[in-house]
Amino acid sequence: MRRPFALFVLIGGLFFGPPSAFAVQPDEVLDDPVLEERARDISAGLRCLVCQNQSIDDSDASIARDLRILVRERIESGETDEEVVDYIVSRYGQFVLLKPVFSPTTILLWSTPLLVLLGGGLYLFSRRQAHGNSAVETDGAASLTAEEEARLRKALANDPSDK
Amino acid sequence: MLIETGHFALVLALALSLFQAMVPLAGALRNDERVMATAAPTALSVFALITLSFGVLLAAYYRSDFSVVNVFENSHSQQPALYRITGTWGNHEGSMLLWVFILALFTALVAAFGRSLPLRLKTLVLAVQGWVGSAFLLFILLTSNPFARLSPAPMEGRDLNPILQDVGLAIHPPLLYLGYVGFSVAFSFAIAALIDGRMEAAWARWVRPWTLLAWTFLTAGIAMGSYWAYYELGWGGWWFWDPVENASFMPWLSGTALLHSAIVMEKRDALKIWTLLLAIITFSLSLLGTFLVRSGILTSVHSFASDPTRGLVILAILVFFIGGALLLFALRASSLKTGGLFAPISREGALVLNNLFLASATATVLVGTLYPLMVEAFSGEKISVGEPFFNLTFGPLMVPLLVAVPFGPLLSWKRGDLPAVAMRLVWAFGFSLLAVAVSLLFVDPTAVFAALGIGLAVWLFGGAVTDLAVKAGVGRTPLPVAMRRFVGLPRSMFGTALGHAGLGLTVLGIVAVSAFEQERIVAMKPGDSVDIAGYSITFDAIVPVRGPNFVADRAQFLIATAEGRALGTVSSSKRIYTARQMPTTEAGIRTFAFSQLYVSLGDLSEGGGAVVRIWHKPLITLIWLGTVLMMIGGFVSLSDRRLRVGAPRAPKSRLRQPQAEATG
Repeated sequence: MRRPFALFVLIGGLFFGPPSAFAVQPDEVLDDPVLEERARDISAGLRCLVCQNQSIDDSDASIARDLRILVRERIESGETDEEVVDYIVSRYGQFVLLKPVFSPTTILLWSTPLLVLLGGGLYLFSRRQAHGNSAVETDGAASLTAEEEARLRKALANDPSDK
Repeated sequence: MLIETGHFALVLALALSLFQAMVPLAGALRNDERVMATAAPTALSVFALITLSFGVLLAAYYRSDFSVVNVFENSHSQQPALYRITGTWGNHEGSMLLWVFILALFTALVAAFGRSLPLRLKTLVLAVQGWVGSAFLLFILLTSNPFARLSPAPMEGRDLNPILQDVGLAIHPPLLYLGYVGFSVAFSFAIAALIDGRMEAAWARWVRPWTLLAWTFLTAGIAMGSYWAYYELGWGGWWFWDPVENASFMPWLSGTALLHSAIVMEKRDALKIWTLLLAIITFSLSLLGTFLVRSGILTSVHSFASDPTRGLVILAILVFFIGGALLLFALRASSLKTGGLFAPISREGALVLNNLFLASATATVLVGTLYPLMVEAFSGEKISVGEPFFNLTFGPLMVPLLVAVPFGPLLSWKRGDLPAVAMRLVWAFGFSLLAVAVSLLFVDPTAVFAALGIGLAVWLFGGAVTDLAVKAGVGRTPLPVAMRRFVGLPRSMFGTALGHAGLGLTVLGIVAVSAFEQERIVAMKPGDSVDIAGYSITFDAIVPVRGPNFVADRAQFLIATAEGRALGTVSSSKRIYTARQMPTTEAGIRTFAFSQLYVSLGDLSEGGGAVVRIWHKPLITLIWLGTVLMMIGGFVSLSDRRLRVGAPRAPKSRLRQPQAEATG
């Protein structure tokens, strides 16, 4: 199997299995382009079980090929995308999903972007409130305190070149 | 004997590094200038010794000295000279030596060019660099000695991994490490400021160029790695959200944030504590990346267990530096004064917004990368976090950030006028709308998101052009005057504009290739043709080829337009490297304007046929050309005299350029 991250890792010496062939073979492709498109989309979200972080659509491992064929069989038998994915998950577990489902286990994972964004935003907002409105309404020297004036003079004296 | 010299030089370097870590620090704490003055010569000596050691390993590789275990395992006498040299860092031990070599290089640069730095600050910085260097030298000598011998020496080596036998190995790792390790300087400045309890004006003036330099190299390193993976792995992908890629991407994201917050700090004396924290975080993420890759913990729990010492030692280094730095930060940061008030709508405000989104993106990538490990450690459950997750979380975080980019450089410091800036961006917005319309009308009416993405890319590019035009006064002053002002703009302004325009190009490439890529998977025989994206590709023949250390089947394809006009040939091969009996696929790539045809050879069948995978990748080269523009922006900005690395303090009489508040 080929591993995409290999180049980054291999500066350090992972071992490679021999790459044999590549992913989707012509004989797997479904005749109906709409069904094939669905199969490709589903495959891109399913992890190849023996590879590192690679979807079955990208992997040339034989188990990935088996799964691709399985996905296509289920699609041809008339199942919806969810039914196909549910079936694969029931056989191989959550591990096969490259996009983990939202569950108590993954709640922190999924909420990280929003938590950091909102947390950071709230912090900035609260600090602005704490600074008082002077920060918002500041208009030049008028709102500088005496201490700040002193620091300003000092900074200007120390560092005339730094604009 | 030579090999032992290299080994000995490394041991000596460790001893001197420990000296550099302790003695000057003691001098700084006691305010003894004579003791502090030892820091710079020691740092230069460490650099000389590590250079010697690294040179010895290079020579051993070049001369195929198989009495060295490391050379035996990773080289072969029949490899071309280039790969006999680059193989030096194509393995764990050698790449760690490259790591400390680059660390010593940066330390030596600070020592040599830091004459204008206050002695105390410089001493503390060099001491912290000494701590980092000592830790990694100790790691190499204890667990990863590249100079271990083998007796009797074998006649032939085991060959460098064939996938690494590429010019990419000569460029990618050194650039990546220049980026990773370059951030150590900003880290050391941060720790020095915390120990010292103050951040002088020199602090920001110094940290910014060093950060910019490291960022530029890291950008180059990541882009190079991406292009290398694209052409070498033979399946046309250029980014996989793989843990090891993420390991290099996280310091880039937080380094980008640092780059921008350092501007605010330098110009406006605000965001000091945040900048300091970002400097710590960025290098911590570099260390984390080194740990993740080197320990093998991400790729396989098994390989971690097979050599637990390495993983544990790096983990200890990680905990010591990150934990120590954050502890120091928690204890001392409050003693640093902050300053520089500003309204929310201002250049500072825009840069804070940039930092907020970049920090969220960094956290998303970090959590996504480590989450499977955490879940497995705590509950034994195994989950995967892959590309679809990152596309769904990272993508939406980037969109508002990218929309805001053109506003940033046009807002004034302290208090900006948003409607006025929006008016100035009306041209960029018009072109952006036009691009959306063109995409919808002429390319694909159903691809709405792709059209919006293209509009966003044009918006970024147009914003960068507008930025320069406005600062040169185009439209407000007569054209010759504007031209003169344009030429006279500070270099750092060009740097900003180039960086942002490059970002636009990269976004355009990503959107185009993600939305409009075409693919054909076919079993072909000589004479067969396939049509793709207006090209007709004919399978010509398969010929056997012999290389220096491999044999190959090379398939040649003829490219023509759909009307039959010949455009040239492209060939893709399957190679077998004889030493390891390992097959690789060499993709065939032809570039037409900014798009590429990518041909990859699969299994050969009886009778000279083969399975062939052909892609048309529209505008894909823009992904990397955009990063080239970003790099040029970085170097142009560095050449700004105010920022030049190690530039002496500017003379007091220096003329102030109009609108000199450049943004880097």
